[in-house]
Amino acid sequence: MIARREPSPLLRTTGVFFLVGLVCLAFADIAISTVDPWLEFGRLLSGIITPDFYATDSLWLALAYTMAFAILGVALGNLFGFGLALVFDSRFARMFCAVIRSVHELFWALIFLQMFGLSPVTGVLAIAIPYAGIIAKVYAEILEEADPAPLKALPPGTGRASAFLFVRLPDAWAHFKSYSMYRLECGLRSSAVLGFIGLPTLGFHLETAFREGQYSEVSALLILFYIVIASMRVWMKRPLLPVYLIGAALILPWGVAFSLSHIGRFLTSDIVPHPLREGGPDMMTKFADWMSAMVFEQALPGAVSTIQLTMIALIATGLLTLIFFPLISPLLLGRGPRWAGHIFLVVVRSTPEYILAFVLLQLWGPSMLPAIVALALHNAGIIGHLVGRYTEQVTLRQDSSTGANRYFYEVLPRVYRPMLALLFYRWEVILRETAILGMLGIATLGFYIDSAFADLRFDRAMVLIALTALLNICVDVISRYVRGKLRLQTSLEMK
Amino acid sequence: MSLVELRNESAGYSGTPVLSGLTLTVNAGERIALVGESGSGKSTLLRLLYERCGPDVSLVPQELGLVQALTVFHNVYMGRLHCRSVWHNLRNLVWPARPDVADVNEIVASLRLEDKLFAGVGTLSGGQQQRTAIGRALYHPGDILLADEPVSSVDEHQARDILQAINDRKQTVILAMHDRALAIEFADRLIGLRDGRVVLDQASAGMSPEDLDELYVTADA
Repeated sequence: MIARREPSPLLRTTGVFFLVGLVCLAFADIAISTVDPWLEFGRLLSGIITPDFYATDSLWLALAYTMAFAILGVALGNLFGFGLALVFDSRFARMFCAVIRSVHELFWALIFLQMFGLSPVTGVLAIAIPYAGIIAKVYAEILEEADPAPLKALPPGTGRASAFLFVRLPDAWAHFKSYSMYRLECGLRSSAVLGFIGLPTLGFHLETAFREGQYSEVSALLILFYIVIASMRVWMKRPLLPVYLIGAALILPWGVAFSLSHIGRFLTSDIVPHPLREGGPDMMTKFADWMSAMVFEQALPGAVSTIQLTMIALIATGLLTLIFFPLISPLLLGRGPRWAGHIFLVVVRSTPEYILAFVLLQLWGPSMLPAIVALALHNAGIIGHLVGRYTEQVTLRQDSSTGANRYFYEVLPRVYRPMLALLFYRWEVILRETAILGMLGIATLGFYIDSAFADLRFDRAMVLIALTALLNICVDVISRYVRGKLRLQTSLEMK
Repeated sequence: MSLVELRNESAGYSGTPVLSGLTLTVNAGERIALVGESGSGKSTLLRLLYERCGPDVSLVPQELGLVQALTVFHNVYMGRLHCRSVWHNLRNLVWPARPDVADVNEIVASLRLEDKLFAGVGTLSGGQQQRTAIGRALYHPGDILLADEPVSSVDEHQARDILQAINDRKQTVILAMHDRALAIEFADRLIGLRDGRVVLDQASAGMSPEDLDELYVTADA
């Protein structure tokens, strides 16, 4: 008698997602359309190995602006996020946070651009607002998971505020600090990317240098960016924080003026659907026509390709993670190769998806391929790093197998669950980024949003941004359901 | 025929010696029990012997070294990963081949675990996990088995069955044991350790558990 074998639910779920990804891939355009992609790649490579730090005088200023936007944006986001975390019990606060974090920094920036122009307010708020939503959620979770024992030991009659200050806050403080550091790293990436829509950060110079084929300048910009991110723990010390905040506030060019009447018109008139704005007796039929045209010509095709690209990118990220995490795992590689693996993973995870996609798009021409590869590289870099670090805590038995056998039997089964948890956690992040990559010309929602802004049709842009946010919230809900059902822990994602 | 010869050797963890002045010969076909207090150096001695035994040896470490996310079948099958091609192993990971399932099932059945063949190890009790780790060592093709407290989590009745299964399938067996009566019953040679030194090394025939008392008397008692 041999016992029956039941396939594991973990593998079954993986299989379903894999099939969905394959179907999406079958309908995707992944052709390389440039005449000679290798020629341009060769020029890029030769530029990368000959960085030119003196190409423009504005390089250092761009770096300073990038840091200033990130520091102010993350600080403000932290402040708001902390406040919101305190009232996270309320349903309204939770909904509010879900909505503000479901809209990507770049979309916020496009909105604020209409109101404040190129004033630093645009950049700071674009980072602070979505970050506040994310930080509120994470801080609320940290406060919730704090050890309840000391709270019970307090003498009866202790006020809520005192209990919070003396018991809950000290416990959570260290977590807040380390999460803030992680957020600052994200903030630096967001800040760099904001340059692509015209703010004076690294992205702005990167785009210009790229369009002009100045690859040595591109290289210098990227190297400086990596150094800033990699050395973050050295320069970001708490006693220096006030210095950085004041410095950031002083350095930004606040002089750009904006008019209140302009802001008022944007908020009360420009974003109202245009048939409603015009009024008239047949307003409602016109509005219905406008809406159905929106849905069938933009919202639906945009949403379909956004979801399609997201699913392909999710699967590609998973597959690439399987290759990336061994690069830094002491169970599988020696010290030397691991060192190289660490550097490689730092580079791929520090480069924002948007910049990666932008580079690949120049090389391969417009299709979904650059976006897929960019999303997979960046996200697999992040998850691979976390999973690789996780394997450092695993000790194998003295007589364990070696080589590929060790990878498949000893290591992979042990990391599969946390890896899947991280992957599902990043699903929502990948969707947010997928929408954004549309701004580079791939027909996801971002493409239609960007065109709407370019045509000054803010009413359309707002409907499409709302739809993007809705998609995001849906994916968040599904992901939470799957993680709950498979009992996938997400404690790893904090580190 | 001598399998391992230790001559005045020392061993330990990261610089601190646990064993010192160790001289010991293990012959093929011997069934040895290592006895002594916890901390006397049994695990360190097993580690040392494992390193000297060559490729024909399988090991049951005290912490078992099981992969919790895999089934009993997979964990036992791991005893022969090195005998098969990676492709075959990969295939068995995803979709176990019938002949391998039958082979593994035979071992698992001798440990009374056959109804758990495709259960995840993470869902098993401590005793069942211990039997899985023994199954892995038994499935290993080598003739030599080293085990660190292999029956610490099962009842005495099961312990006898398990030790019998080990003796049936392996030629040379070296077990670290804390149950003196079982050690005398299943081993034909006892090696007693105290403070990292061999203080007793004799055939088990005719011994009684009380004869081992001096190994367990602490200095200040």
